[in-house]
Amino acid sequence: MMPQLPSSRFWLTRPFGERTTQVFLGVLFTALLVVTVLHVAVPQGSPLHVNAYTVNLFGKYLSYALLAVAVDLVWGYLGILSLGHGAFFAIGGYAMGMYLMRQIGDRGTYGHPVLPDFMVFLNWESLPWYWQGFDMAWFAFAMVLLAPGMLALVFGFLAFRSRVTGVYLSIITQALTFALMLAFFRNEMGFGGNNGLTDFRELLGFNLRSNDTRLGLFLATGVALAMGYILCRAIVTSKLGRVCVATRDAEARTRFIGYRVERFQLFVFVVSAMLAGLAGALYVPQVGIINPSEFSPLFSIEIVLWVALGGRATLYGAVIGAILVNYAKTIFTGVMPDAWLFALGAMFVLVTVLLPKGVAGLLRKRRRAVESDNAGTKEAIA
Amino acid sequence: MSLLQSFKTRDRVFEFMAPAASPVDVRHGPILYMEDVTVSFDGFKAINKLNLTIDDGELRCIIGPNGAGKTTMMDIITGKTRPTEGSVWFGSRHNLLNMNEPEIASLGIGRKFQKPTVFEALSVFENLELAMAADKRIFPTLTARMTGEIKDRIDEVLETIGLTQLRFQPAGILSHGQKQWLEIGMLLMQRPRLLLVDEPVAGMTEQEMERTAELLTGLAGKQSVVVVEHDMGFVRSIARKVTVLHQGSVLAEGSMDQVSCDPKVVEVYLGADDEEAA
Repeated sequence: MMPQLPSSRFWLTRPFGERTTQVFLGVLFTALLVVTVLHVAVPQGSPLHVNAYTVNLFGKYLSYALLAVAVDLVWGYLGILSLGHGAFFAIGGYAMGMYLMRQIGDRGTYGHPVLPDFMVFLNWESLPWYWQGFDMAWFAFAMVLLAPGMLALVFGFLAFRSRVTGVYLSIITQALTFALMLAFFRNEMGFGGNNGLTDFRELLGFNLRSNDTRLGLFLATGVALAMGYILCRAIVTSKLGRVCVATRDAEARTRFIGYRVERFQLFVFVVSAMLAGLAGALYVPQVGIINPSEFSPLFSIEIVLWVALGGRATLYGAVIGAILVNYAKTIFTGVMPDAWLFALGAMFVLVTVLLPKGVAGLLRKRRRAVESDNAGTKEAIA
Repeated sequence: MSLLQSFKTRDRVFEFMAPAASPVDVRHGPILYMEDVTVSFDGFKAINKLNLTIDDGELRCIIGPNGAGKTTMMDIITGKTRPTEGSVWFGSRHNLLNMNEPEIASLGIGRKFQKPTVFEALSVFENLELAMAADKRIFPTLTARMTGEIKDRIDEVLETIGLTQLRFQPAGILSHGQKQWLEIGMLLMQRPRLLLVDEPVAGMTEQEMERTAELLTGLAGKQSVVVVEHDMGFVRSIARKVTVLHQGSVLAEGSMDQVSCDPKVVEVYLGADDEEAA
């Protein structure tokens, strides 16, 4: 890489001047375009046709990719290994799910005009207070960001103020998501218990079961991923991003030169939680259900594996990791369902041994090799 | 005179009305003034009635055997340790005993620890950028831009510490000596009035020591510098005035030659050293 000065550009547009971001956005939007064209313009039956199921699947991968970017922001750049990001993802998902439930209206099995089916089934008289307002899209969409953000704010405030870091923080994030899972399993919580929220029909008036809506959701997720990536990239290329890296490597030293480290950690943690919530909200309408299994500690650990496989502290590595692992998961669970966990374990071991910097490390090495080759040729010519 | 005007005229400014970070007042000579300072940890007196004054722009070396209280003295000045008794003034206006660590740091007292800690993943340039005196709250940091002025300031410090060639290299690849210089540079970015430097040449090669001596003597005059050091050769090469600490108080003070002739000093410190050497 060429030596570089920190940039003097406006912080939010700074990523557009970077080669990595340009390449990333180029690849992402080309992929979105290709899938759309192959889905819409290529006739069914042609081997090139991408069917609605696959589009839906890709949309799901993209929401996972956004989640992985959120995790990489806190883990890669801030050094906080969160094993509970699934919780923020699930809460964003639940906020979206609650909106979708309220959209069902009186078309549910029991035909109640306001109460979702599971509440009628449990003989509830009225809507709990925290379900109020979710019939309005703007409120629900705000909650998609605010609910995980608030949880991260309170949790992070307590954790970072007490200077809990490292393994201890990982363990309590894990405990957080586990506690939430147990809570959401309870029917009394009012989130549908074990079954969660499902049977969704419409999002903003679009029928969720139509292929066009699915394509729309896939594209929306792609755009959200691009925006999330740009935001994270803007953060990590700012001076604040360098303070994060400094905190990651020498926390006491960073505090000593005058930065209130716990506030920086809290800020980045909350941003990351909100992105995870957004990812969850895009995920739910595409899979058609949200239930407490998304809070499972195993899921949160799996997210970390995606990031590790793709390459930590690169952001695009997280995207590659999330898509690769989930694609492999789709294939494996189709072919040999029992072998999936072994395959995941094997992938993790192989990458750790052979590619300690993940797939992104491999790409970077290749690029450097090409660059030095070019330099060599230029010298030879000169 | 109208009533309104009578409010405007002030013959005194109350202490609590004065801006908190008002500049250090050195009109009366010393920049640091410690009087009768005592620190006891469970009855053990790490510092015992210590009196020390550092003049503005002075380069002072503090020597003394292990356990003489050198590090504790630094801890008191930077606000890490509170003395049991005594007073510590920075200039004639700031009572350091009423301030916490960040306040003292922002007042212009910089401290370099023994073990160099630089941000290894960041470049030398970025290390200096982060250390610079600036608005260090979240949003100003997020939206901060690199301006020509900041760049000039960083380049100036890079020049002083002799790392201009390596400015885009990650700090992790620097040698031990270079890391020490970078750390001194990071202190300089904060435009300190008083630099506290703890054992700067431990583990350095002969050439690195020479460079460090040049660097520190170059800084004196612009800043006041207090160096705690074990290496006698190094102290001899830079010091104009040396203070010898022993069991928490000042044993002797003066030029290196005066001090090394002092029989008390020879007994507790230099003598012992010479025997070891022999």
